[in-house]
Amino acid sequence: MSHHIIEVEDLHYAYPDGTRVLNGIAFTITHGENVALVGANGAGKSTLLLQLNGCLLPESGRVRIGEVPVTKKTLAHIRRTVGLVFQDPDDQLFMPLVFDDVAFGPLNLGLPPDEVERHVMGALAAVGAVHLKDRPPYRLSGGEKRAVAIATVLSLAPAILVMDEPSSNLDPKTRRQLIELLKTFEHTLIIATHDLDLVLDLCPRTLVLKEGRLAADGPTLEIMQDEALLASCHLEKPLRMQGWSPGAVAGAGAAHSHG
Amino acid sequence: MGALENSLFNIGYLETLSCQATPIHRLDPRVKLLTTLGFIVAVVSFPKYAVLDLLPFFVYPVALVALGHVPMSYLAKKILLAAPFAFFIGVFNPLLDRQTLVQLGPLALSGGWVSFAAILLKFTLTVSAALVLVAVTGFNQVCLALQRLGMPRVFVLQLLFLYRYLFVLGDEALRMVRARALRSFNGRGLGLGAYGSLLGHLLLRTLDRAGRLHQAMLSRGFDGEIRVLRPLRLRGRDAAFFLGWSAYFGLFRFYHIPQALGAGVLELIK
Repeated sequence: MSHHIIEVEDLHYAYPDGTRVLNGIAFTITHGENVALVGANGAGKSTLLLQLNGCLLPESGRVRIGEVPVTKKTLAHIRRTVGLVFQDPDDQLFMPLVFDDVAFGPLNLGLPPDEVERHVMGALAAVGAVHLKDRPPYRLSGGEKRAVAIATVLSLAPAILVMDEPSSNLDPKTRRQLIELLKTFEHTLIIATHDLDLVLDLCPRTLVLKEGRLAADGPTLEIMQDEALLASCHLEKPLRMQGWSPGAVAGAGAAHSHG
Repeated sequence: MGALENSLFNIGYLETLSCQATPIHRLDPRVKLLTTLGFIVAVVSFPKYAVLDLLPFFVYPVALVALGHVPMSYLAKKILLAAPFAFFIGVFNPLLDRQTLVQLGPLALSGGWVSFAAILLKFTLTVSAALVLVAVTGFNQVCLALQRLGMPRVFVLQLLFLYRYLFVLGDEALRMVRARALRSFNGRGLGLGAYGSLLGHLLLRTLDRAGRLHQAMLSRGFDGEIRVLRPLRLRGRDAAFFLGWSAYFGLFRFYHIPQALGAGVLELIK
């Protein structure tokens, strides 16, 4: 499945008002990888995510999804392949009813009605939200909104799932359910987050952004133990690893123990 | 502040009402929309002194309220909320139009009072019909009906988004107003100056949200058209509803039945 490789080469981007956000970023993510994107507020995480599905286009450098470069002409294909879940579900859920919202993407693809229905119900079932299908989105709780927002993207059957702060504003149990849900996905998963314990659970690999550059790219456990690096990037060891010796941590991942 | 909270909550209640399963709710939204439009046109087209002729038209909203299980008190409150507008449109009529129109024994009723009453009646009828329409149909279904009836897509989209984000905007405004109230003491900081910047912020946030929303839509293949998977089908009872009410409105619009009845009764007494 080589066509689901994400390649970013020397990516530069500044917002129209001149704020420089990305200053030469390069990485490759292969099929089926789970990768975390961490960094301080304003380090450029969200901007980088928006580049991955062409919501923003590079100033210079290149983003490639499989063999296809992200350009204006390839947007339809790119957006079919890369599903982006926004941080605020209220930005994502704009249709009158949950069902309509999850059907929005498949209908835009021009799928026949029975296929649309199948995709929608499949996506809702995957996030455990079938019972919400006839509710208006603004009447849902935060956790329900998040689940539905993920379903709206899953219904497009993307190969790559990109999420911006999926665990923000969730209560601990809902957050845990989300983590368990994400573990079951076979998509390539890219998660921008401040929740480093979630990273520990889901992503073997971590990219650290600092002032628009990659400060580190490597195995999560190694990066999370590099206290100097973490401190310089406004990060902290995951709570679960604080006060633990490296040997104990490897086992702690499954046991949900806290230090 | 409490008032803002409550009125938003109440709009949500209208939506709850529209989720019931009565025979009225099951009718095709297009039929209900067209019937209501016909009703409004008929009511509004009456001449300005036609008070008696308007009375039979109360049958329509009352029938829908009863069959659609819409609580009368809720509806009455909503109508009262909008009533000042109609009141001030008509309140000067009695002063401007003093010609005696009706003589009720010793009481001379001027044309102004009669037309004022007609304005209030027309207002009550049209507003209650529109509210009942939304309560037994749901705003989204009304929009869908508008689209199917050929309203330009752009307007339908505007309406849908307006309705969807009214709640989000309301919540946001509420949080800001609350945050301001918590930090203003002895009424200081509640003036117009603070209001200006509060509204400005609200506008900026709205623009930001609109931008993000657009990106979210583009990410899922938006190309200018919103497609909804919900077939509408006209059945016999829809046609019966529409034709029945249209005939009723037509009859009472063009024949002055209340007067005829009154005249008949007078004849009998003589």
